[in-house]
Amino acid sequence: MAIDTTSYDPRNLHLPDGEILSSGHLACPGCGAALGMRLALKALGPNTMVVIPACCWAVINGPYPFQALSVPVLQVAFETAAISASGIRAALDAQGQKDINVVAWAGDGGTFDIGFQSLSGAVERNDDIIYFCYDNEAYMNTGIQRSSATPYGAWTTTTPVETPKAEPKKNMVEIMVEHRIPYTATASIAFPEDFVRKVEKAKGIPGAKFIHLWISCPAGHKSEERNSVKIARLAVETGVFPLYEVEYGTRYTINHEPAFTDVNAYLELQGRFRHLTEEHVEAMRRNLRWEWERLRAKVEMGRKLSLPPTGVRGAVDEGERTSR
Amino acid sequence: MRMVVKGNGAVAHAVRLSRAQVVSAYPITPQTSIIEEIATMVAKGQLDARFIKVESEHSALAGCISASSAGARAFTATSAQGLALMHELIHWAAGARLPIVLANVNRAMAPGWSIWTDQNDSLSQRDTGWMQIYCESSQEVVDSVIQAFKVSERVLLPTMVVLDAFFLSHTFEDVEMPEQEVVDSFLPPLELPHKMDLAHPAALGNLVFPDRYMEFRRKMDLAHDLALGVWDEVGREWGQLTGRTYRIVEEYRMDGAELVLVTAATAGSTARPVVDQLREAGVPVGLVRLRVFRPFPASILRSLLGGRAKVLVLDRNCSFGHHGIFHQEVKSALYDLPQAEQPRVCGVIAGLGGRDITPDDLEEMLTGVWKDRITDPVTWWDVLSAQDPAKAALAMS
Repeated sequence: MAIDTTSYDPRNLHLPDGEILSSGHLACPGCGAALGMRLALKALGPNTMVVIPACCWAVINGPYPFQALSVPVLQVAFETAAISASGIRAALDAQGQKDINVVAWAGDGGTFDIGFQSLSGAVERNDDIIYFCYDNEAYMNTGIQRSSATPYGAWTTTTPVETPKAEPKKNMVEIMVEHRIPYTATASIAFPEDFVRKVEKAKGIPGAKFIHLWISCPAGHKSEERNSVKIARLAVETGVFPLYEVEYGTRYTINHEPAFTDVNAYLELQGRFRHLTEEHVEAMRRNLRWEWERLRAKVEMGRKLSLPPTGVRGAVDEGERTSR
Repeated sequence: MRMVVKGNGAVAHAVRLSRAQVVSAYPITPQTSIIEEIATMVAKGQLDARFIKVESEHSALAGCISASSAGARAFTATSAQGLALMHELIHWAAGARLPIVLANVNRAMAPGWSIWTDQNDSLSQRDTGWMQIYCESSQEVVDSVIQAFKVSERVLLPTMVVLDAFFLSHTFEDVEMPEQEVVDSFLPPLELPHKMDLAHPAALGNLVFPDRYMEFRRKMDLAHDLALGVWDEVGREWGQLTGRTYRIVEEYRMDGAELVLVTAATAGSTARPVVDQLREAGVPVGLVRLRVFRPFPASILRSLLGGRAKVLVLDRNCSFGHHGIFHQEVKSALYDLPQAEQPRVCGVIAGLGGRDITPDDLEEMLTGVWKDRITDPVTWWDVLSAQDPAKAALAMS
C-alpha cells in the first residue's frame, strides 16, 4: 500500500541555500545520515562547531587529512558526545566567544546506549548545546548489531531471524522530556522543512536541546537506496515515528498528523522485517495504537499545564516567557 | 605569601594561580577536597573558570579534552578508580596532544576497597603518553602544578601531577604561595596551535590509515624526548623567579655514596633523616628521588647510579608477575652501563594500600642490603602471609 509521493516534489522545498557538507564524503549511497547532516548544517550555518563520536559519521566525514564539512569538527570517544559539546561550550564561554552553535552529532548507539550517561549529565546541567541523535535503529557502523533503539521484531546480526528483537524501542525522546530541558523534538529526513525549522528554533533557545532524527540506512535496513526518503516518510505516515516537539517537558505539539497508512507499507520495503508473521505485524499495530493514545494524552495534558515556574534553574526565564 | 595548606589545597591554589579556564571534575576520595576548594574559588570569583560538574570521571576528562581542543587551559583531578575509569581518555588526551593537567592523588586500586595510598593507579597509566611527576611536599605540589602547565603547553603533552593519599593530600604544611604576578610572568596564556577555529575549520581526531598513524605516535615520543630538557629548563626558570629550583631527579648526600636508595614521592621525606643517621653510623648511603617519571630520566639515573656498589629501589607499587615498577625501569636504564659500572640492584615493595613506611623500615632495608642480608631481586616488606608461597598464591584469605 504505497503512498503518493508526487506531491513531495523537492523542487518545491524552501531550504537555506548554504552548503556546509561538500561532495566526496564517504557515506553509502542512499544514506540518511549524510542527508540529515546536510540539512542540519544548512540550518545551523557556518558559525558551528560539531562533535562527532564513534558512529557512521566518524567515517563519512573522511580520513585524515580530509574532511567533508567546512566547519570545525572534533571527533571524540564513543560515549562522550554530549560532554564533549559541553566542554567546547565552556571553553568558548571562557574565551568570550559568543554566537557559536555547539552541536553533538551521535548515532543511536552513542545516544541510547553507551553515551546515555554523559547525555543525561549534560542535559541535566542544561548545558547550552544542540544534541542530535541520528537514529538508524542499530549499530550500523560496526555491521548491524542490535541497540536499544532497534524496534520490536527487527532482524540484526545479534538478533537473528530465529530470535528477532523481542523488546520495543527505548523512548529516548520521553527520557529527554523528563529532564525538563527547554526543547526536545523529533524530525525526519523526509520532512526537511520541518527539520530545518526545528534546528533554527533550537539555535535560538539557550540551554540543552535534543533533536531525534530518524534516518534510513539501506545497508542496515536491507532496503533499496532509492527508497531511503520514501521509507523515512512512511515511518512518519504509518505512525511508527511521530513528528512532535516538546517545550520544557510540558508543552507537546504534533507537527504532522500522519495518514496512518498501514504499517505493512513501511515494513515491506525493508528486509530487516521480512521474517515477520502476520501475528508480529498485528502486535505492532496494537502497539502503535497504544503509543499514539499515550502521545495524544500528553498533548492534552500539556495544554492544561502551565510552563514550569521561574526561579528554578532550567525553567523558562521571564523574557522568554513573555515572548512566547 | 606564606600559607598553611594541605596537599590538596596546594593543588587548588596552584590551579587558581595558573588561571585554569575550564575545570571538569568528579569527586572521589581522597581527591575530593581539591575540587571542593576550586568550586569555592570559582563561586567567589577568585578563579575565572567554567567548572563543569560532570556525572563521572570519564566525562571529567572528556570535558577537559574538548575544552582544551577549543583552546582553553583545562584541569581535572582524580584518584584510583576514577583514573582507571578515565583510561580510554587518558590515551585520548595524549594522542590529541592536549596540554591538560591532571592531579592524581595516589590511592590503591580495589578490590578490596582502599582509600589509602599506593602508586598502582598512576603507574597503570605509564604507557599512555602522559608526563608524570611525583611530588614530595605541598610546596612541591604548588610549584609542580604551575610548571606542569608550562611544560605541557610547550611540548603539547598532558601532565599528571601525582601526590600520595593522606600523607600528602591531607597533611597541612607551611607553603610559600607564589604571587599572581610571578606566575603570570612565568606562564603566559595558552595559545594552542591546533585549536578548533571557525576561520580555519579542520577535523581533529578523524580516521587515520596505517600510512600515517605511526608518524603521529613517533611525534609523541619525540615530544617526550624534548620534554625532559624542558622540565629541567622550566625547573631552573622557576628557581630564578622564586628561589626554588627543581630538578628532574632529586639527589641527597650522593657524594661518596656506595649504596643508593631510589624512591619517589613522600617516601623521600621519610628517607632523608634515615640517610643522615646511617651516614653518621658510617654507612655510605645516598638518596635519589624520582620526580619526573615520564619522560623517564634514564641517562640522568645512569650518571647518578653508575659505579655505585648497590642500589635499593623502594616501590609503593607492583607489576604483578614481575618487579616493582620503578625497580624494573631503573634496572633497565642501568643495563646500558658498562658491566663494571653496574651496581647490584635490589627491589623492595612496601607500603601498598597505605601501609606506613617508617624510618625504622627504611633503616632496616638499607642496612639489610648493605650487609647482604637482603640479596633477593625483590622483597615484599612486612607481609604477614606467604610463608609457603605456593599455598599462599592459591589461598583466598
